[in-house]
Amino acid sequence: MADTPENPADLSRRSLLRRAAAAGLLVTPAAGLLSACAGSEPAKSTDTGGGTTSADNPFGVKDGSAVKVVIFNGGLGDQWAKEDKVVFNGKHPNVTVNMSSTQKIKTEEQPKMATQPSDLVMNSGADMMDISTLVNEGAIEPLDDVLAAPAWEGGGTVADTLLPGTREDGTFEGKFYVVNVAFTVWGNWYNGALFDKEGWTPPTTFDEFFALAPKIKAKGIAPYVHDAVHGYYPRWALMATIWKSAGKQAVVDIDNLKENAWKADGILPALQVWEKLVKDKLLLPGKLNHTQSQQAWLDGKAAFIQVGTWLKNEMASTIPPGFEMKLSDYWGLGASDKAPKDVFAGAGEGLVVPSKAPNKAAAKEFLRAVLSKAGSAKYAELTKSLASTKGSGDNVQDSALATANELMKNAPKDLIKTKFWDFYADLDKESQNLSEELMAGRLTAQQFVDRMQQAADKVAKDSSVKKQTRTA
Amino acid sequence: MRHGVARFVTGFLALPVALYLFYVVWPFAQAAGYSLTDWGGYSDRQEFVGLDNYVRLFSDELIRKAFWHNVFFLITVPLFTIGLALFLAFLLNVGGREDRAGIRGVFGSGLYKVVFFFPQVLSLVVIAVMWQQIYRTDEQGLINGLLIKIGLVDADNPIAFTADPEPFLGVPAVLWWLLLIAVWSGAGFYMVLFSAAMQSIPKDIYEAALLDGASRFHTFFRITLPLLRDTISVAWVYLGFIALDMYALVFVMTPSQGGPDHASEIFASVLNFTAFQKGQFGYACAMGVSLAIFTILLAAAQLRITRRERIEY
Repeated sequence: MADTPENPADLSRRSLLRRAAAAGLLVTPAAGLLSACAGSEPAKSTDTGGGTTSADNPFGVKDGSAVKVVIFNGGLGDQWAKEDKVVFNGKHPNVTVNMSSTQKIKTEEQPKMATQPSDLVMNSGADMMDISTLVNEGAIEPLDDVLAAPAWEGGGTVADTLLPGTREDGTFEGKFYVVNVAFTVWGNWYNGALFDKEGWTPPTTFDEFFALAPKIKAKGIAPYVHDAVHGYYPRWALMATIWKSAGKQAVVDIDNLKENAWKADGILPALQVWEKLVKDKLLLPGKLNHTQSQQAWLDGKAAFIQVGTWLKNEMASTIPPGFEMKLSDYWGLGASDKAPKDVFAGAGEGLVVPSKAPNKAAAKEFLRAVLSKAGSAKYAELTKSLASTKGSGDNVQDSALATANELMKNAPKDLIKTKFWDFYADLDKESQNLSEELMAGRLTAQQFVDRMQQAADKVAKDSSVKKQTRTA
Repeated sequence: MRHGVARFVTGFLALPVALYLFYVVWPFAQAAGYSLTDWGGYSDRQEFVGLDNYVRLFSDELIRKAFWHNVFFLITVPLFTIGLALFLAFLLNVGGREDRAGIRGVFGSGLYKVVFFFPQVLSLVVIAVMWQQIYRTDEQGLINGLLIKIGLVDADNPIAFTADPEPFLGVPAVLWWLLLIAVWSGAGFYMVLFSAAMQSIPKDIYEAALLDGASRFHTFFRITLPLLRDTISVAWVYLGFIALDMYALVFVMTPSQGGPDHASEIFASVLNFTAFQKGQFGYACAMGVSLAIFTILLAAAQLRITRRERIEY
């Protein structure tokens, strides 16, 4: 069940949590797996809200009814949802919102799915319900009508207000099921204050980076630091470079295990710049993990680090005063790039409406409130991460959020996205291992390509592995 | 009357035995059953594939690699742990000077006993977190920091510890670093075990030997070791089990749980990956069953080889 495509933001956070749980030696994964399979039968969607529909009440929410909302109280907190409740009650003062928050979504919500579920569930965290199972079992409601409904503040539909990728990331088998509220952007981070002081311009290509690197080194700072323990960290950067250099189709071919997909034009050069970065000794010495490397970067030991927009929240307690966290896009190779402007980003933290929810109309209406301008602005302000609606970070005075917001404003429609590591566990492992080997200088770009191709061929031939296809 | 006692005993035993059968023996049997299927673990669909999974084990390169890593631990963990534990136990019990009160351990042996036993009372998570700091790979690490300060290690090229796959004596460095932790955390317990066994050896045997002019060296090898045979044999079997597991250390301490690039892959890590990430429970069960059979055979062989007539004292 875990093999269905999901958005990268969601997955990365899940795998992070999974690893955190593993590090804490919570050795009861089987119990969770088993309980996930406990019964939930396909249900028919029958009820309407019972109220009259209007532009301000597209789903016909009934006055005097109540809606039960369950929020995942993780790294992003639950305060933002309480603000959404205020927004919602602004339009529907007579509808009662019963909001609760928990970290045990599956434990608490899954048993109720077949009988009397909550109306709106934020399915997130380590204890989340498997989304493809929910879809396959018909346990959650398609929300295409939410997309088609008018936006909360008017001016077009809800779909119009969403950032690119949000719709795709919530779509399964052609239907929109999951409203992902958080939007994660990946890229290269630097300290704006330091760069201003030294008069350095953040590079946009590797050539510019290699030109700047000696100046950074001269100040006793390592130009670059990476997580050398979790292979999926450097892998984001490698895949982003490959995408920019070789274009979207090359990555789609890789995901689809096409013959010689790793040998396509533009892939080898994209890895050779990383090989050069390692060989020129531009990395901070040591094999640090994610938080250690992030702290080293905050301590001014390294100029650049690549990671997603959760960085600010994750390191909030140890950011030195005067440090100006800024996000810049992943670097490309330059003129030869096929997709130089594409940004690595995706939506995560999904809200779902169970099929058997008693008050689906109000749940959908609540989603409209979550995706409202007022709601998402509050979200960005409180969590310091972007919401999946356009311009949520417009009015927030925070350099990390503002630069991410800026990046998304200039992003083309295509977002950098890789699926093979969700599709195939073997390739996931191999690509993580090889990414770290490349970053450790024990592997050349050519060897990386050869071994990835070898691994991909092996998976393609392995009849015990169920094949998946990526179309877009 | 007799009948009543039997009923009484059965009544008390029935529940625990039932629980044991249901929660321990039955899952074992189930695992063996699943190992003959292609069950994926996420659905109720499974097909009987006979011994295919076991045949596949023999051509699986990763499993072979993991197997040899386990063999490395199987040899080194008992060897070093028992060696160190014996040495410490000997010093603490009979290593000191002799006086009118007879033979005794080195000065302060009571304190040492507590100190050496200490790792045993720490939970594995605490041990792992502690060693992560000791093994930290930049100048903030305990070992690297020290060595960099005194100039033995280049700050631009610190020791990578568990992120180092380069072979040392033909075995990836990461395995040696893990071995160090395993021996450190295990030696204390076996020291106490051996101490207890040594204390049950009558002191007059030692005194007689000393009167006959035996050296420390001779008393250890001619008296202590033979009389501890049973205890050591049991310790060896236990440590063999630990060496075949090693899962927690590999999982917490190594990059990508078995890395870098499979350099610290062991049976259990491959099994975990196959079951929970690849979703091939049938194949993973076959690995587990094979490991169980291997372990049982090993323990049986071990106990048989070391079996001898018991010396009564």
